[in-house]
Amino acid sequence: MITFMNNSDSEEEPCNERTSLMSAESPPVPSYQDGLPASEAGEAQAHRKRRTGGSRSPNNIADGDMSDSGVPVRESALENEEEELTLKYGAKHVIMLFVPVTLCMIVVVATIKSVRFYTEKNGQLIYTPFSEDTPSVGQRLLNSVLNTIIMISVIVVMTVFLVLLYKYRCYKFIHGWLILSSLMLLFLFTYIYLGEVLKTYNVAMDYPTLFLVIWNFGAVGMICIHWKGPLQLQQAYLIMISALMALVFIKYLPEWSAWVILGAISIYDLMAVLCPKGPLRMLVETAQERNEPIFPALIYSSAMMWTVGMAKPDTAARGPSRQTWDAAEDGRENHRSPSHTDSQMSETNSPVPTRPITSFEELEEEERGVKLGLGDFIFYSVLVGKAAATASGDWNTTLACFVAILIGLCLTLLLLAVFKKALPALPISITFGLVFYFSTDNLVRPFMDTLASHQLYI
Amino acid sequence: AFFWLVSLLLSSLIWFIAVKASDPKDEPLQKGLLIFGVMFSVLLQEAFRFLYYKLLRKAIEGLVALSEDGCSPISIQQMAYVAGVGFGLMSGAFSMINLLADALGPGIVGIHGDSQLYFLTSAFMTMVLIFLHTFWGILFFHGCEHRRWWEITAVVVMHLAVSGSTFCNPLYVGSLVPSYLLMAAAAAWAYLLSGGSAQNLRRFLLCKS
Repeated sequence: MITFMNNSDSEEEPCNERTSLMSAESPPVPSYQDGLPASEAGEAQAHRKRRTGGSRSPNNIADGDMSDSGVPVRESALENEEEELTLKYGAKHVIMLFVPVTLCMIVVVATIKSVRFYTEKNGQLIYTPFSEDTPSVGQRLLNSVLNTIIMISVIVVMTVFLVLLYKYRCYKFIHGWLILSSLMLLFLFTYIYLGEVLKTYNVAMDYPTLFLVIWNFGAVGMICIHWKGPLQLQQAYLIMISALMALVFIKYLPEWSAWVILGAISIYDLMAVLCPKGPLRMLVETAQERNEPIFPALIYSSAMMWTVGMAKPDTAARGPSRQTWDAAEDGRENHRSPSHTDSQMSETNSPVPTRPITSFEELEEEERGVKLGLGDFIFYSVLVGKAAATASGDWNTTLACFVAILIGLCLTLLLLAVFKKALPALPISITFGLVFYFSTDNLVRPFMDTLASHQLYI
Repeated sequence: AFFWLVSLLLSSLIWFIAVKASDPKDEPLQKGLLIFGVMFSVLLQEAFRFLYYKLLRKAIEGLVALSEDGCSPISIQQMAYVAGVGFGLMSGAFSMINLLADALGPGIVGIHGDSQLYFLTSAFMTMVLIFLHTFWGILFFHGCEHRRWWEITAVVVMHLAVSGSTFCNPLYVGSLVPSYLLMAAAAAWAYLLSGGSAQNLRRFLLCKS
């Protein structure tokens, strides 16, 4: 899910959420206009106050005055400006999300193309017990559908379990679960990945060095994700673990099952986020009711939160303090580790909760960012990685899927700006990606090959 | 880029259907179908450029309506440029990337009697096409903006000419030279349309303020 980050109190409890696109909205402060997230208003003011680059209307508001007045005065004349700011910063957020998604996909595609290990068939996960080595097409299709049903039901069960845990405030259990899964991801999968990469490039490494490297990588990762750390480092770690998870999926999911699972999971994401009784929606709403952020470990956030105190002597003296957004509270557990029973996907799919402005005497300036669940990263990368691994048209198909996914993400963010609530990030992108994969592989490839062999250009 | 991709998809769909419906042994027919496919693809690309222009027009209107001072943060010329670059990059990427991937591997160019300059000429051709797409984007959007249909038809005709000239390959002088000449002409035209002039150019080159 993609969400807008709003102000909220720092929470220590990690939340697990499914990834989805969500625009977290804070409960509107009475003086603000309805329908606009309160933080958006506050941010708009803060933006006008402070942003030199983005603000297009510096003459509108006396900046100095605004910072001193406690309660921002909302007028209808400012509504347009809010929308415009939304759109403008929405465009910025699109770019802010393009970069990590692209990076993740690049890592996955580069690994798939170079390391042989991830394209070899070495068994399957227990979640997909039916083999696809059957003689007939119908049997294979049936097996892949059954695999998908099992996988999706596992995910549903995990998500519901997670939501129940969250509802009944079993925060310690969730926290422990998240830590365990990110431990496994950061250490075990990194060890395997590093081993395979070294094997591919025939580089020798001794065990002490390996231990040192992996220990440092894993320990810093755990700290960054679950506690505090520089934003860039945290983002980098989240991208890396999403890529690792996607690689595991690409390796262990059989061909047709992978495509059917991708389709099914986008449908599930759509339902889980938009239906009133959907688990993800309930998770997001509960998080918003409690004014808590959703688990940081499951969500990629693109910005940080600044807090500026106003109209209170102590807070006014504080000045802006930069806090890393997710460092403290949310555990991102989105990694789906197949051997883990946690439904990491569900966790990553949750949108980031918004932080409502709790008092309008204290204007919190927030670098508004968008949050995208890690499960979305993982499934985008799975699609592109599978395209790179199995398409015979090689790079054209991969490129087409990549562009399709990015355009889908763009559209979803546009819808997010329009609807201002949590939205599933998977359906549009995955649909575009699947359509483009199959059509490019079967239709465009022969055309382009024939053109290239005659050296014709269109 | 996305729009170019969709146009490519549709045109290859048409070509694929045509090929499947015809006799694969008939060489001249296959060549004819290929030529038809190429021309149809060019026309479809230009049609999609027009659709993209319509979409951007609507977007600009929305942005202008929302803005305070009545002008949008990005002008139609900038959008034309970006659209052209997007088209060009996508077209170039699709033309070149498999070649580049193969070029990394072992092999000898032209060992079966084909031209040895294959990679080189492909690279030059791709480059000229990318530039041309950028300039065509500017010209096309300008023509649509000011309702000058002859500009639009000129762009379409140029595109058809460039694609058609590639039929001369491997007689590279027949395809590369006209394409580069057309590119120079399109570049000058786009520059003049974007507000440049010989004076501006001289001032820029001589680093005057």
